[in-house]
Amino acid sequence: MSAKPAPLIEGTALPVWVLSAVGLVAAWLPAFLRVAPNRLLTGEALSPHAWLLAGGWLLAVACSFVTVPAGRWVLALLAWTGVAGLPLLAGADARDVLAHATPFTRVQPGAGFWLGWLAAALLLLDRLRGMRKAWQAGAWFAALAAIVAASATGAFDGLSLVREWQAQRAPFAAALGEHLRLAAVTLVLALAFGAPLGWWVWRTGRANGVLVGTLAFLQTVPSLALFALLIAPFAWLAHAWPALGALGFGGTGGAPAVFALLLYALLPVVRYTVAGLDAVPADAREAARGLGMSRAQLLWSVQLPLGWPVLLAGLRIVAVQTIGLAAVASLIGAGGLGRFVFLGIGQGAMDMVLLGTLAIIALALVADLLFQGLLALTERRA
Amino acid sequence: MIEFDHVHKRFGQQVVIDDLSLRIESGEFFVLVGPSGSGKSTLLRTVNRLVPVDAGQVRIDGEDVATRDAETLRRGIGYAIQSVGLFPHRTVAENIATVPRLLHWPPHEIRARTAELLSLLHLDEPGMGSRYPHTLSGGQQQRVGVARALAARPRIVLMDEPFGALDPLTRESLQASLKAIQRDTGTTILFVTHDMDEAFGLGDRVGLMLDGGLVQVGSPLDLLHAPADDRVRDFVGGTRARLRELAVRTVGDNMRRGEQADGDPVDADASLQDALGAMLSQGRDRLPVQMHGERVGAIVLADLVSRRA
Ligand SMILES: Nc1ncnc2c1ncn2[C@@H]1O[C@H](COP(=O)(O)OP(=O)(O)O)[C@@H](O)[C@H]1O
Ligand SMILES: [Mg+2]
Repeated sequence: MSAKPAPLIEGTALPVWVLSAVGLVAAWLPAFLRVAPNRLLTGEALSPHAWLLAGGWLLAVACSFVTVPAGRWVLALLAWTGVAGLPLLAGADARDVLAHATPFTRVQPGAGFWLGWLAAALLLLDRLRGMRKAWQAGAWFAALAAIVAASATGAFDGLSLVREWQAQRAPFAAALGEHLRLAAVTLVLALAFGAPLGWWVWRTGRANGVLVGTLAFLQTVPSLALFALLIAPFAWLAHAWPALGALGFGGTGGAPAVFALLLYALLPVVRYTVAGLDAVPADAREAARGLGMSRAQLLWSVQLPLGWPVLLAGLRIVAVQTIGLAAVASLIGAGGLGRFVFLGIGQGAMDMVLLGTLAIIALALVADLLFQGLLALTERRA
Repeated sequence: MIEFDHVHKRFGQQVVIDDLSLRIESGEFFVLVGPSGSGKSTLLRTVNRLVPVDAGQVRIDGEDVATRDAETLRRGIGYAIQSVGLFPHRTVAENIATVPRLLHWPPHEIRARTAELLSLLHLDEPGMGSRYPHTLSGGQQQRVGVARALAARPRIVLMDEPFGALDPLTRESLQASLKAIQRDTGTTILFVTHDMDEAFGLGDRVGLMLDGGLVQVGSPLDLLHAPADDRVRDFVGGTRARLRELAVRTVGDNMRRGEQADGDPVDADASLQDALGAMLSQGRDRLPVQMHGERVGAIVLADLVSRRA
């Protein structure tokens, strides 16, 4: 029986047994859980089921050297069990710890958990490759469903991230709303201003002109600095025109935040608009004009449908970028999920930081998927 | 009727059209021929105002195009170009319907006209109308381009080297289609090419353009028999001019009426080039001529060779 394991990812030679070995190490060396007396202190390592995990991973290592089909299936099953089961195990262990602890005690997953979970997920990804799409989707969906179902029964309530969230539910929902609003308003304004600007830049051939140069320069200004720099002019504006101030316009808050985010978003929108217009074949444009289309008809019925996929790809990047940058906006009082990050840093409460960060990442991923879906939809039609 | 009246055009310092005057009659098939860069496309594009003139006038039926609304003007003029420029996101039928749609024709009329054009241009494979341009061959795409130019029954059609990128067989078949359509509809066609054979094969009259000016305007035979100067003589082909001439003249006009000959007959409306080909392949120096299946005379090699006034 020769050990000729399949490579993990096309083009890499990382074999399956290496992943299993990583899982094995993760079961032993780093902490599976960390237990702290309150939410501000770092905790002590705790690995209650190290033997169980080690046994599972040892089996996986063994299976990765076996070439009979059954070995492949056992390995896939082990990986799936790891993906779905490790969070459940962590939740159960946390509950056990909390049963004999003070109400302030916090239990959070440690490096051992994260590493093991990642190894299991990569292993599952590898074992599923080559299977039918429906099987692949089914396996992931089943794991997700198991975790969601368990969370509904309170299986993770002991973990400190969940406890943090439960304690902050109302402010979290408000911050999420603010964050979405900041990003959405910025995106709409970026499209409303950036697309016409891009059209103008394309028509006048000023891709290297002052406008694009200025926008490119703005990209290099650190976001924190830009937000800070805008405080004074916006405060002055609100002071000079009290009517604006009455509308919520001021040195801090949503207005300067959206303005700063817009400054960052404009360049990609302008660039991708130009690229979209460039993607329209010159001969189609020539024919459209020659056959008597007005500029508006050309734009609407030729340039827009042909350039749209490129522009949409640009908006996807802008959406992800804006959701990330909007975190900083909380520093000038615009709210959003960034508040959790910065408050958490200020208080030394890592769970709060993690809560904000994970929510921002999830939001960015959802936006990314949304735009990918839109893109796939438009491309199918073409 | 298209009139160019002392038209000037320059791009920057470069004079591209230099005081050019020309009158193209209604129903005429006029071919502008000349080397690349001589200003043919620029001249063509002054007619539908894609290029504004610097001085002089371009008139259609006596009316200066500069005074017309550009979009309305263009919707009344067919336009086909070498690169075709089909809209890749629209089907063949939608491409053809471009101008009728801009003119707000009722849908059933658009459908009927599209179907008519598809068959007129031999695009009548089933399902052709709903295909997308990238699924067509180059020749088919060009046919769609021509159909699109003709869709709204314009009285004037501008064509800029529309068959330039096609293989010889496809080009010939498209030339034949176009010539037949033009004869049947009486459309005025202004056609640009750099190919002398194409010019002589299609044009009622041919204008030879060099460096922004017309050197000679006349029927193909005028240019062949009486070149205005050496530049024209060179361009129409020097000694090859006589071969071109054979392609332009018909058997019917050059046969010996009532005479007899042996061999497979040639048609009276075939070109002398076809007749010469038939003589060479049959190894004879005279052949019978038929018209509607009836023998009407003979065509003789010596008559082809002798220079006629
Ligand atoms: N839009 C333009 N801008 C500058 N120069 C042009 C433009 N269009 C054509 N030209 C120049 O005018 C001359 C004639 O071009 P064109 O009319 O396209 O010639 P042809 O069709 O006979 O090849 C060429 O030298 C070309 O470079
Ligand atoms: Mg040209």
